[in-house]
Amino acid sequence: MDHRRIVITGVGLVAPGAASLAEFRSNLLAGTSGITTLDLRYMGVHPAGVCTFAETRYRKKRENSRGTRAGCIGVYCANEALRDAAIDFSEYDRAATGVYIGLTEHGTVETENEVFNIGQYGNDVDYWTHHHNPRTVLNNPAGEITLNLGLTGPHYAIGAACAAGNAALIQGVQMLRLGEVDLALCGGLSECVGSFGIFASFRAQGALAEHPDPTRASRPFDRDRNGIVISEGGCVFTLERLDRALARGARILGEITGYAMNSDARDVVLPYGPRQRECMELALRRADLTPADITIVNTHATGTRQGDVEECRALRETFAACPATWINNTKSSIGHAMGAAGVLELAGNLPSFTDNLVHPTINLDHLDPDCALPGLVAREPREVERVDAILNNSFGMLGINSVVVVERFVAN
Amino acid sequence: MSRDEIKDVILEIIEDIDEEADLASLDANAPLRDQLDLDSMDFLDIVMELRKRYKLQIPEEEYPQLATLASCVNYLEPRLQHV
Repeated sequence: MDHRRIVITGVGLVAPGAASLAEFRSNLLAGTSGITTLDLRYMGVHPAGVCTFAETRYRKKRENSRGTRAGCIGVYCANEALRDAAIDFSEYDRAATGVYIGLTEHGTVETENEVFNIGQYGNDVDYWTHHHNPRTVLNNPAGEITLNLGLTGPHYAIGAACAAGNAALIQGVQMLRLGEVDLALCGGLSECVGSFGIFASFRAQGALAEHPDPTRASRPFDRDRNGIVISEGGCVFTLERLDRALARGARILGEITGYAMNSDARDVVLPYGPRQRECMELALRRADLTPADITIVNTHATGTRQGDVEECRALRETFAACPATWINNTKSSIGHAMGAAGVLELAGNLPSFTDNLVHPTINLDHLDPDCALPGLVAREPREVERVDAILNNSFGMLGINSVVVVERFVAN
Repeated sequence: MSRDEIKDVILEIIEDIDEEADLASLDANAPLRDQLDLDSMDFLDIVMELRKRYKLQIPEEEYPQLATLASCVNYLEPRLQHV
């Protein structure tokens, strides 16, 4: 058995409108948006993706108060993933379990809150909380997961802007292949709806979505889109080497066969299609696949004109002669969950291996001609004969691109 | 504040930190940290809450005087007499 084969065996997630993969998938297939509104300090009311889940199912309210929102989401997702994978650590050593968490940013929410807090006390820094440093160190959410689960293997954060979720997944694959760990809990988390600064910065950039109906605010590829809907959320996968997964009789959700990351090296915020194309091609080569072997492409598109158009150009060129490749967008339903985006969107598509449905892109009323792609699935799910491979795009600021290819598991 | 009122404030702050804390069987003369699931960060939460509520600055070298419920009351009584 090739010890380099890495499989996904469990998923735990929190998305706007869903606290499990079953709920999430149901919403995506029904075309139901999880977006509502949020009244933010200094900013007022804006569309946003806010998550509701059983916050005290896996740890006490006291620990949630002490920790961070990202930690709270992470602990829930990690526990749900382990439960989904039926892993109770009778067959894995806690010391050989790694926790790799992708974050777009961390500490912004906590810092803003403390600045506001001391403002209530005349900016006297004696009122600055002693929790600030443990809350804002970059490994905080991953560390909160290890504290909760008693995991003594490595834990750290992967920072890769909005490509961070995919990047953490890739890190997990690499560490398993290297033999550094036997079980990887990896994924991405976002608490950024707690930060007025993140909303304000996108607005200053002309990239914050507005719509009288929040459920219609996130509209990638639509002519009338006007920016990003910011969401919180999280998704953690359990990754195992195939031999160990089979030995314990695990249910296998998919096999990660290809991945790639590269950098635009051009601009701090503007995406660049040609480099995205190179990234997709490298991931396909590593998976030993051709573009025509891909059944579903989950796009990164966030609802900004340049971002959507650049990615569509890259897709048009990469998948030029692929009539059986279908393209969708998950952000249209849940907004942009930042560090969690890549992994949440992959999770939302994974059930297609068994239900043979490609979930639709919603809010696509007037297609931007520059985003016209032959395989774009809009408004209604598309039933296909079989889903063999999913290619998941996730790109981020400073020109970081990531692509993960997951194939339907075939035992050989 | 009276000694009883100060004791109630301390218990209220502890309950805010840990709503599951067993305050009914607390021995006022035994260290709080031996009886409750409190660590150093929780202890600093108590100090911060007293600062926020009463503008009370407790020097670090005097933290040991807050070890038990009774010693808390003894320490705080003169400092909160005008509250």
